[in-house]
Amino acid sequence: MADLALDPRAELNPTLVQGDATYAGVTDAISVITESKPPKQWYYAMAVAIPLAGLLFFCLGYLVINGIGVWGNNSPVGWGWDITNFVWWIGIGHAGTLISAILFLFRQRWRTSINRAAEAMTLFAVACAGIYPLFHTGRPWRAAYWLFPMPNELLGMWQNFRSPLMWDVFAVSTYATVSALFWYVGLVPDLATLRDRAKGLRQQIFGILSLGWRGSARQWKHYELAYLILAGLSTPLVLSVHSIVSFDFATSVIPGWHTTIFPPYFVAGAIFSGFAMVITLMVLARWVYNLQHLITIKHLENMCKVILATGMIVGFAYGTEFFIAWYSANQYEKFAFINRAFGPYAWAYWSMIACNVISPQFFWFKKVRTSIPAMFILAIFINIGMWFERFVIIATSLHRDFLPSSWGYFSPTWVDVGTFAGTMGLFLTLFLLFLRFLPAIAISEVKGVLHNQLVSKKGGH
Amino acid sequence: MADFLDKLPLPAFLKPAETGGHYGVIGDFDTPEALLRAIRTARTAGYTKFEAYTPFPIHGIDDAMGEPRSPLGRIVVVCALIGLSAAVLLQWWTAAVDYPLIIAGKPLFAIEPSIPIIFELAVLLSAFGAVFGMLALNKLPAYYHPAFNFSRWAGASNDRFLLAIEAIDPKFNPGEIKVLMDSLGSRCTELVEA
Repeated sequence: MADLALDPRAELNPTLVQGDATYAGVTDAISVITESKPPKQWYYAMAVAIPLAGLLFFCLGYLVINGIGVWGNNSPVGWGWDITNFVWWIGIGHAGTLISAILFLFRQRWRTSINRAAEAMTLFAVACAGIYPLFHTGRPWRAAYWLFPMPNELLGMWQNFRSPLMWDVFAVSTYATVSALFWYVGLVPDLATLRDRAKGLRQQIFGILSLGWRGSARQWKHYELAYLILAGLSTPLVLSVHSIVSFDFATSVIPGWHTTIFPPYFVAGAIFSGFAMVITLMVLARWVYNLQHLITIKHLENMCKVILATGMIVGFAYGTEFFIAWYSANQYEKFAFINRAFGPYAWAYWSMIACNVISPQFFWFKKVRTSIPAMFILAIFINIGMWFERFVIIATSLHRDFLPSSWGYFSPTWVDVGTFAGTMGLFLTLFLLFLRFLPAIAISEVKGVLHNQLVSKKGGH
Repeated sequence: MADFLDKLPLPAFLKPAETGGHYGVIGDFDTPEALLRAIRTARTAGYTKFEAYTPFPIHGIDDAMGEPRSPLGRIVVVCALIGLSAAVLLQWWTAAVDYPLIIAGKPLFAIEPSIPIIFELAVLLSAFGAVFGMLALNKLPAYYHPAFNFSRWAGASNDRFLLAIEAIDPKFNPGEIKVLMDSLGSRCTELVEA
């Protein structure tokens, strides 16, 4: 495994796999993780993740039995932690698609070691996100009548497709489906590799999962085009999904929500928080599986740069919102923003500013970008900050209604807290299972990179 | 039995191949470059039914094999148009025809609020077209293939580059092909059962 380090000058001269790496060495290094017992760290992480996931199911069961009154949402703050968490998780997923699709189209070869794990992260994040609106309906088993294009039984009435909430259903379910397809298509050749290495039942399981892939030249031809098309589809899709999530707010007439800046601002924030989560997970994956040679400091440093860039877009958007609130000369808009920064939720607003605007500035320094503990701590701060951003947008805009008689203050209940901690447990459990049982790094893609390098070393190009 | 099937107007792939129970000859090469050279030589020698098996896509192999471009793009365009029209029909028919209901004084159907769902359904069906179209063109899932009978098959998904000249090739002659492949650097050349 030690021979698979990345070269720091990767972008200039694509020497992405270092040393005397061979194709068989790449296969072994990645397959062996799925074929042997996990290291101790994996069990430690699971010991944290599984009880938390259990807490999720307990909280959801408690909610279904008692109704959504067990959450803190109430008039005037009808959307509380649930939608905050929904937007937060969806946003996290977006970095996975950015890495797998957009960086693929831009031919950023450094994405190769991290794209598979980032795509898995997308899937699990979207699964966690979906839980919130589904259970916010209170009766998730009847949600199909509200979410999918089916007329209800009593009146034969259809959903209102002019509502951004319906757009959101289509956007998020399309996103989940396309991400799953993209991830699985990427996995197929690697599953065939695992099949060909395995014996007995394991061979049969991977045989079924790999769909009988043979890697023939004709198969690769269709496969490569399919992969390119999926990347091309995912790129506008990921931008549309968070734009549409922002329409949930922007198309309403609530001061603080009704702004045209929301779509780009939400997309930048999504990428910002998603990359912070990728760093969090990759640092953990490196620790659990000793993947330092495959997921290198160079990868992490590049992600820190993306965080710095998107973090400044987010900071700029905060400023623009305030400028427009003043420049619009609209008293409701002005009140919403002054109240946001200096009202009862000022603590949340300034936590957000500290985490999202100030903490990424440390990434200007190469020392910070290349220090694992520093970037891990900053990434955690950004995760927290982006959660606060959604909470600030949702709660501060709702808690001061137009009539002072309808003013309120949102406080979460233990079920809110338990459900949120629970989705983190579910997310972590799924991610650890993925690391354990599936090739976490795209074997065939790394070999493609290695081949280019071997050719250029010989002076072929 | 075979005579009986031959008389039926069946498409060729349903008929048993008249090959004497062989899939073809497979050779095992060290590098993509050796494989490409072997493919070019085999084509020059007049072989037409061959297939290469590689652990990752090899640049330039389609040209070497004389393969046409994949038609997948056209399939995806058709799927996108189906998704687009389905979304327009769904939103127009449910809101303006089946159950017209005025909400906030807005028109029953307009193009502007319909765009997000039009876009999403077009993307969804395109993705289905790309994935399922790719699987159909590749005839997958297929849990049996005679190439799996090659004794060094596992190399094809690891670090080996295989070339198969199939028994349906009109010039098929196992002895000649073995000599050719060995001379081109094959480490192991075998006649593989069907």
